Amino acid sequence: MIEYNEVTKVFGKDVRAVDNVSFKVESGDIVVLLGPSGCGKTTLLRMVNRLESITEGNILVNNQRIADLNEIELRREIGYVIQSNGLFPNMTIEQNVTIVPNLLGWDKEKKEERYQYLMNLVGMDPDDYRKRYPHELSGGQQQRIGVIRALAADPPAMLMDEPFGALDPIIREKVQDEFLAIQRELHKTVLFVSHDINEAIKMGDKIALLRDGKLMQYDTPANILQNPANDFVAQFVGQDRTIKSLSIHYIEDLMKHKQLNETTDQKFSKQVPVNMNLRDALGNILESDEKEVAVTDENQKVIGSIDFSLISQYVSELSQ
Amino acid sequence: MNSQKVITWTVRVFIYFLVIAFFYWTIKNQYFSYIFENIEQFKVLVIEHLQIVGLSSAMAILVSIPSAILVTRPKFKRLEGIVSTVANFGYTIPNMAILALMMGVLGIGFKTAVFALFLYSILPIYRNTVAGIHSVNPNLIDAAKGIGFKPHQILFRVELPNAAYAIIAGVRTAVVINIGATALAYLIGGGGLGNWIFMGIKVFDDSILLSGAVTVTLLAVITDYLLRGVERLVVPKGTKRS
Repeated sequence: MIEYNEVTKVFGKDVRAVDNVSFKVESGDIVVLLGPSGCGKTTLLRMVNRLESITEGNILVNNQRIADLNEIELRREIGYVIQSNGLFPNMTIEQNVTIVPNLLGWDKEKKEERYQYLMNLVGMDPDDYRKRYPHELSGGQQQRIGVIRALAADPPAMLMDEPFGALDPIIREKVQDEFLAIQRELHKTVLFVSHDINEAIKMGDKIALLRDGKLMQYDTPANILQNPANDFVAQFVGQDRTIKSLSIHYIEDLMKHKQLNETTDQKFSKQVPVNMNLRDALGNILESDEKEVAVTDENQKVIGSIDFSLISQYVSELSQ
Repeated sequence: MNSQKVITWTVRVFIYFLVIAFFYWTIKNQYFSYIFENIEQFKVLVIEHLQIVGLSSAMAILVSIPSAILVTRPKFKRLEGIVSTVANFGYTIPNMAILALMMGVLGIGFKTAVFALFLYSILPIYRNTVAGIHSVNPNLIDAAKGIGFKPHQILFRVELPNAAYAIIAGVRTAVVINIGATALAYLIGGGGLGNWIFMGIKVFDDSILLSGAVTVTLLAVITDYLLRGVERLVVPKGTKRS
């Protein structure tokens, strides 16, 4: 758990990079620090492992004031991932991955076991890559190594500073999905800096939206999209915020509130699985000839159909 | 084969041809016979030469690398301007002049030669080490800090390994220049192969002159080659650009 208490950071005389920010990151949550460049999100992140000093206020990690902790030990207990992966070019992949266990003085077998586990976690062959160097890997692979290096000593918390920002969109999607799958297994407390609203909606359990060092809104992605706290938030999430919000709701969610249309003997040109999000479902509806698509369950059995009016009704119910 | 390769090869073949022609000419005229007639003196001069080079280079490495490390520490950043200015100024004085100046202060002899050449070797090593450390990607330092490296671990595990190529390059330059400059040590009674070179010039004897000059050249070439080997050992594999 990470808690910000009235945290302020002043650069020089009067540049308030972070201005009286308070919020709490619950254990096992991913919180995305979101905002335009220069809003103080990276500064806010780097205060947690004391790469930046705090001018006023304090930060608690697991109920301990970080100011009272040893800086080096604190950092070793918090995973840290940066945009340009920060892998050490002079070290092999194995050395990079096991660097923190090394610093902590783990024995050889434990390190090896951990190395095998982590490489398998991101689907890279431990032995193939063991003796390779970072520059021999693709950008996506380097970033995966960057993530598992941060996970190496199994820290309860992770700080990620635009970790996937340098990747091309297709690889980014993939690495994001992988990270979410890992997170479902490991339940780390994650602070994640991003300037991309779509990434924030996808990755965050909660989003902290910042502007000029001030916290504008701290809420779940769904609430931020449906009830923006002010004009800035509304503008930042965009006029298509309703469409964006569809991507965090699934056909399954809709079925909890509404009945799917009945399909007696009608045939539809398109079928979508029940675990598809509503944004993709809407795309399929618009593409289909009938402007309606069949919904199938896990066993590929058609359980009904969905069309635009159904989604529209669901959305208006949500915003009430 | 692209044009760049063709040029490289042409130049290379041309140089090899010149070298072979040179040795053919010198050996045919028995210019190197002087070495074999004075083999004992030759040994003494070579050893003297190598001692001056070895001692002055070793001292220069021991002084310049640590001072370069020192001025790149955040705490001592302010010193960098001063130290670099002094080192740069020192390097603008011609090596001949440094020898003369040192003779004025320390008198003549072996020690003066070593000291003057030591001073002259400091800058290339110092400057390359500073540049090498500065060129290490700041993201790496940031990552290392964030991971929980202590300052000395950042230095020895991140900065120095990634700056190794530049540092060794500086050492190579300094030592090779030093071998040539040591020929001047004779002028202040420092000994070395400069003895034969200057004697050869004075008595118009190509045989003595070349016996000294070619040996100095060979020493420089061989040393450079050996230091390349050291480079291969010291520079981490992952930081080499193919």
